[in-house]
Amino acid sequence: MATAPKAKMVREDLLRVEGLTKIYDGAVKAVDNVSLTVATGEIFALLGGSGCGKSTLLRMLAGFETPTQGKIFLAGQDITNLPPYQRPINMMFQSYALFPHLTVWDNIAFGLRRDGMAKADVAERVESMLSLVQLTKFAKRKPHQLSGGQQQRVALARSLAKRPKLLLLDEPLGALDKKLREKTQFELVNIIEEVGVTCVLVTHDQEEAMTMATRIAVMSEGYFLQVGSPDEVYEIPNSLQVADFIGNVNIFDGVLEEDEPDHVTVRSAECVHYVGHGISGNTGMSVKVALRPEKILLSKERPAGEFNWCEGEVIEIAYFGAYTTYHLKLDSGMMLKAQELNSTRDLSCGLTWGDRAYASWHNLAMVVLTQ
Amino acid sequence: MKANPTGIYNYLRRYINGRLLVIGVPYFWFVLLALIPLLIILKFSLSEMEATEVSNMVSMSDGWFTLKLNFSNYLFIGTDPLYFDTFVSSIKYALATTVICLVIAYPFAYFMARSPTHLQPMLLMLIMLPFWTSFLIRIYAWKTLLVSDGVFSNVLMSLGMIDTPLQIMNTSTSLMIGMVYSYLPFMILPLYANLSKLDMRYLEAAADLGASPFKAFWLVTVPLSKAGIIAGSMLVFIPALGEYVIPELLGGSDTLMIGRVLWDEFFSNNDWAMASAVAVVMILLILLPMAIFNKYQADQAEAQR
Repeated sequence: MATAPKAKMVREDLLRVEGLTKIYDGAVKAVDNVSLTVATGEIFALLGGSGCGKSTLLRMLAGFETPTQGKIFLAGQDITNLPPYQRPINMMFQSYALFPHLTVWDNIAFGLRRDGMAKADVAERVESMLSLVQLTKFAKRKPHQLSGGQQQRVALARSLAKRPKLLLLDEPLGALDKKLREKTQFELVNIIEEVGVTCVLVTHDQEEAMTMATRIAVMSEGYFLQVGSPDEVYEIPNSLQVADFIGNVNIFDGVLEEDEPDHVTVRSAECVHYVGHGISGNTGMSVKVALRPEKILLSKERPAGEFNWCEGEVIEIAYFGAYTTYHLKLDSGMMLKAQELNSTRDLSCGLTWGDRAYASWHNLAMVVLTQ
Repeated sequence: MKANPTGIYNYLRRYINGRLLVIGVPYFWFVLLALIPLLIILKFSLSEMEATEVSNMVSMSDGWFTLKLNFSNYLFIGTDPLYFDTFVSSIKYALATTVICLVIAYPFAYFMARSPTHLQPMLLMLIMLPFWTSFLIRIYAWKTLLVSDGVFSNVLMSLGMIDTPLQIMNTSTSLMIGMVYSYLPFMILPLYANLSKLDMRYLEAAADLGASPFKAFWLVTVPLSKAGIIAGSMLVFIPALGEYVIPELLGGSDTLMIGRVLWDEFFSNNDWAMASAVAVVMILLILLPMAIFNKYQADQAEAQR
């Protein structure tokens, strides 16, 4: 599902944040000692629920909030105390904040004129921005005469017009409806790649983060839970919180029974999990096994072997077209979510409400979480 | 056949419904209290004075129905330079009042809108506090402050800032002080209402794009508060144009304002017809900026569609 370019080589760090902290009213820690580096050309996503501190972090990068502690370096220069209008950083605002009294053309030219750019150069740059976002025909319109998608592109053009070293995107697709979102997502990434600008993006939408970003930082309560590429964060979550926040997950509570370098087994009330790789843990410790619904195979036949399967009753079936989600009530009382791809036009495993079904999975399908 | 009460009820219901009543009440008041008096003034202005009575416009005699319209009042306004000068000077004073009020009120409203939310109701109260005292008393109070042996003069003298007593009472200076003082709240309130709704993200966007706070103010805040500026200016300019009390109490004998001319025509000359003609011309003068304002508002409404 990832369309964003993966980091191809080691590039120099453009943005470096050291121990950044923001405390509101002397008590509320919005951002708690966050450090990060973003390489040139990266699209770095800050992902988290509301109130996790991602917006505050972004606003500190833009200069709208003063950090309580910590430093921000851009291309080696300390910009912590620079006001927003002196930073070579531009932001695409949530719901765009296009100036309602100015035309599309003037909105895009606003930043260029502030730099005292010559008239002819401004015109040339605005024209090239308009053609980049394919809005040349709409130059004379006011923002309210544009659709949501067009407004979004004006906002992008305006934030790119000054050729910033760093582009900040605050919920760039948040104001669009679902269908337009998917289309725009690709457009946005294409334009960003074409311009080659480094981005920090804030979103609460994990799909948005996964499709657009080269790296994701999952945030909660002001600090980073995990930083990694989209597939790392999805497939190798380092905590229950990350596993739970990104995508759907089934969690089994269990006890580590066998701890070998090449495999471990975890006994839970539902079944015994045989995990095909070693983990760092001690025999007898209680762990959680996280299993994504799409990695589960449902069948009416009892699987062979003694590990990695369980049995239950189909309680709920939700048909999504491309796939179907089943809720299985296991004998332990646990609800297991399983997602089956509808690869043929028959419903894949012919299960219906009330059926007994077997769920099974591969020994590399799950993640053992020790914390 | 007996009249069916429900039938009558239904018949009435068809023509008098709730919506008509709701719209009808303000229309009724508008017609009774604004339109009819206005038409009476218009009628007076087209009549002539017969001793102390206004002439009859229509008469019936020998089967002749005569409608006599007397335009001489309007012609007189057009030819006598007194009226022209008075209109010009009224417009000048009203414009000056509007501009000075705007200059004072804008920063006032701006800081009110930016002050902590819990303080704002109190600040609003303070703006409206003067309204609790009679307008006349407040203007009289200014008289005692501004006369040459009044408070201002004495304080400035004792501070050594001036050598001779202030001679501003009954001049255009005292008039302007009174006018600006009286109309300032009417400028502040619409500006405050407008500025307090200003979306701060626009200012952030301006700063992000490289505009210093000063630039952002002129390029974003001011244009976005245009509706408030226009509303406040209308609220000040229109009543200031016809102001009578302030020029009478604070102005000099040479301050020409249309309100005073009106008063003189009505009560000194007893020329109701002439006074009505002056009033009609004044109303027309006021309608012009009103029409511009309404057009602007319609455009705005269109823009926010």
